[in-house]
Amino acid sequence: MRFLPTEEQTDFARAVRALLAAADVPAAVRAWSAGDFAPGRTVWRRLAAAGLFAPAAPEAYGGAGPLPVELAAAMVEVGRAGMPGPVVETASAAVLLSRLEGGPGGEAAARFVPRLVAGGEAASLLLPGGGPYALDADAAEHCFAVDAAGRLHAYGGPHPAGVAAVLRSADPARRPARLAPGGGEVLAAGPGVLAAARAAGDWARLLTAAQCLGVGEALLERTARYARQRTQFGMPIGAFQAVKHRLADTLLALEFARPLVWAAALSLDAAEVAAAKLAAGGAAYGAALTALQVHGAIGYTEELDLSLWLRKARPLRDAWGTPRECRAVVAGSWPHARRGTPAT
Amino acid sequence: MDLTHPPEVEAFRAEARDWLARNVPAALLPSLETAEGFAAHREWEARLYAGRWSAVSWPREYGGRGADLERWLVFEEEYWAAGAPARVSQNGIGLLAPTLFDHGTPEQRERLLPPMARGEQVWAQAWSEPEAGSDLASLRARAERTADGWLLYGQKTWSSRAAFADRAFGLFRTGAAASGPHQGLTYLVFDLRAPGVEVRPIGRLDGKPAFAELFLDGVFVPDRDVIGEPGQGWRIAMSATGSERGLALRSPGRFLAAADRLYALWRTAADPADTALRDRVADALVGARAYELFTWAAAARIAEGGQAGAESSLNKVFWSQYDLALHETALDLLGGAEAELIDGEWAQGWLFSLAGPIYAGTNEIQRDIIAERLLGLPKGRR
Repeated sequence: MRFLPTEEQTDFARAVRALLAAADVPAAVRAWSAGDFAPGRTVWRRLAAAGLFAPAAPEAYGGAGPLPVELAAAMVEVGRAGMPGPVVETASAAVLLSRLEGGPGGEAAARFVPRLVAGGEAASLLLPGGGPYALDADAAEHCFAVDAAGRLHAYGGPHPAGVAAVLRSADPARRPARLAPGGGEVLAAGPGVLAAARAAGDWARLLTAAQCLGVGEALLERTARYARQRTQFGMPIGAFQAVKHRLADTLLALEFARPLVWAAALSLDAAEVAAAKLAAGGAAYGAALTALQVHGAIGYTEELDLSLWLRKARPLRDAWGTPRECRAVVAGSWPHARRGTPAT
Repeated sequence: MDLTHPPEVEAFRAEARDWLARNVPAALLPSLETAEGFAAHREWEARLYAGRWSAVSWPREYGGRGADLERWLVFEEEYWAAGAPARVSQNGIGLLAPTLFDHGTPEQRERLLPPMARGEQVWAQAWSEPEAGSDLASLRARAERTADGWLLYGQKTWSSRAAFADRAFGLFRTGAAASGPHQGLTYLVFDLRAPGVEVRPIGRLDGKPAFAELFLDGVFVPDRDVIGEPGQGWRIAMSATGSERGLALRSPGRFLAAADRLYALWRTAADPADTALRDRVADALVGARAYELFTWAAAARIAEGGQAGAESSLNKVFWSQYDLALHETALDLLGGAEAELIDGEWAQGWLFSLAGPIYAGTNEIQRDIIAERLLGLPKGRR
C-alpha cells in the first residue's frame, strides 16, 4: 500500500507543468475564444511531442500505456494552466480506437491513433449517453462519433463538413458543436464498438475530473494570493475570518476530491470514476464561486486572467457527467458496499 | 501508486476479522455514558486486551502488537465493520498514550500504559475550563509546588468520560505567563478519586452524563505524575491535540461502516423514485470513500517520514461535517419526525454527531489553522 504518486508519475506531471508554464496559455485561450486556434495548437503540438497523450494508448500505436494515473496527473496540470481545446476528447478517442485493435475497426486504430498520440492532431468525440455536443469540432482534425447502434463514424476536419452549428458556452474557450445528422465515414460497428465507447467514456470522465482539480487549484492559489495582498479596513482581507473560512473550505473540498481522482485512475471502476468527477467538479465550481466573492468586482471582469478559469469551472463540472448522472452511477453500482451489516 | 496491501497485512486483517467474529458481543452493549454501560465496556476492553487487540499500535512490551499505521487502519476497518462496541479507553489510548510515548519517562510508560491497555484504568481528559475552550492558552486552573509534588486548585469542565473514569490528564498553570499565555503550563495526570476532587456529571444533549465538571481543591499530585518538564505543558499538549484532530480520533473504518449501514437502509427503506434522497446517499458513500482515501494518503506520507501537521485540521472539519450529514440523511430516510422520536441508534448517532463540529477544537479554529498554515493567510481578527 503506497497511496502516493511515484517519482515517475510526479516527474511526468512536473514536465507537463513546466511546458505549460513556459507557454503563454492565457493568450492562447483568448485567441481560441475568438476562433483563432493557431496559438493554442502550437502549445498543443508541443504537449503531444512531450508525450502528453502517450499514456492513453499502447506502445504499438506510439503510446506508452494505458497509464491512467499518469494521464490523470498530467490532466491536473492541463486544468491548472487553463489549456484550451479537446484534450480530454483526443485522449479518450485514442482509448476508444485502441480498444478496437484486432476486431472491427482495427485498421482505424492503426490509421488514427499514432496521429493523435504523437502527431499533434486533435480529435473531438461523441459517445452514446454523453453530451449532445462535440467539443471544438471546428478546431480539431477529426471528430469521432459512436451512435446508439454501435456505429463508429469519423468526420474529417479541421472544419468538418458534419458540423451543423458552433454554439457559445459559458466558457468562450469551449466551443460545443452540433453535428449534422448522418454523414462521416463508418469505421466500425457492433458490440465491440459499444464496449470500447464505454471504456472511453470512463476515461473522459476521469480526465475531466482531473482537469477540474487543476482548475480548482489554480483558482484557489490565485485567490489566496489576492487575499494576502488586497487590503481593506487597514489590513489584508485574508486576515478576516469570513474570508479565511471560505478559502479553507475550498481547500478542504479539493483535498478530499484529490484521492478520489487517484483511486478512480487506479481502478477505472465506473462508480469510482463517477465519485471522482462528482467531488472534483463540485470542488472546482465551489472554488470559482469563492474566487469571485473574494476578488469582488475585479473578479467579474474579462481583463483579469482569473476569468479564464472562473468560466471554465461550471461547464467542466457538467462535461462528461453531471453531478446528477454521477450520483446515479454511485448509488447504482457502488463497489465498496461490501460490509453489509444489517440496517439499524 | 497503489491501494493493495501486501499479503502479511492481509493475513493480519484475516486474523483480526476472525477474532472479532468470535468475540464481538452479539447484543449491543448499553451506552458507555451510563454506569452500567461503562462497566460493560470496561469488560469489553479487558476481552480485547486478552486477544491483544486493545492497543494494536503500541509496542508489545506495553500490551500492544507493534502494528504500523497500515495495520492499525486495517484493524480499525475490521473493528467497525464487525459492529464492535465504541471504545471507552479512547481518551487514554488516543490522547494520553501518544504523549507518553513522546514525552513520558520509561517509568511512567511502564506504570500507566499496561493498566490502560487492560481497561483497568480508564482515562478522562481535563483540558477545557469555563473560560477556556478552544483557547487553551487562557487556562487558569493551577498547580502549586509542595515539597514532593504539586497541589491542584481550580475548575475543569466538559471533561469527557470523567463521570465514570478513574484518572484524568490535563494542563495546569504553574508559573506566570511571563513571555506569553502559552508559557508556564504543566502537563500532569491525577486520580479522579483523590481527596480534594469533586466530580459533578453534566447531562449532555443526548441525556447522558457523558462529561463532567471537576472541582479541584488542594489535590495532591506527586512529581512522578508530571509528564515532561514543568512549564512545557503547552508544547507537550499540542502534540496530543494534533493526533486528536488527526488519524487517531476518527478512523475511516467507523464512517465506512456507517455509510454501509446507511446504504443498506436506503436499499430496504427508501422509495426508489426519491432521487433527492438517493443523491444524498450517494454523497454519503462518496464522502466515506474520500475520507478513507485521504487517510491512506496521509498514512503513506507519515510512513515516509512526513508529519500529520495542519492537515489534521482538514481531516477534523471533514469528518465532523460528514458525520452530521450522514446521520441527517438516515433520519430523513427513516421518515423525519417518527425517526427523531424513536430512541434508536440513528437518532442517538445524530445527537452525538452534533458535537463533532464543536469538540476537539471547534471547526472555526480548525479553519483558521487551515487558512494560516496551509494557505499562508495572515493571522488576524478571530
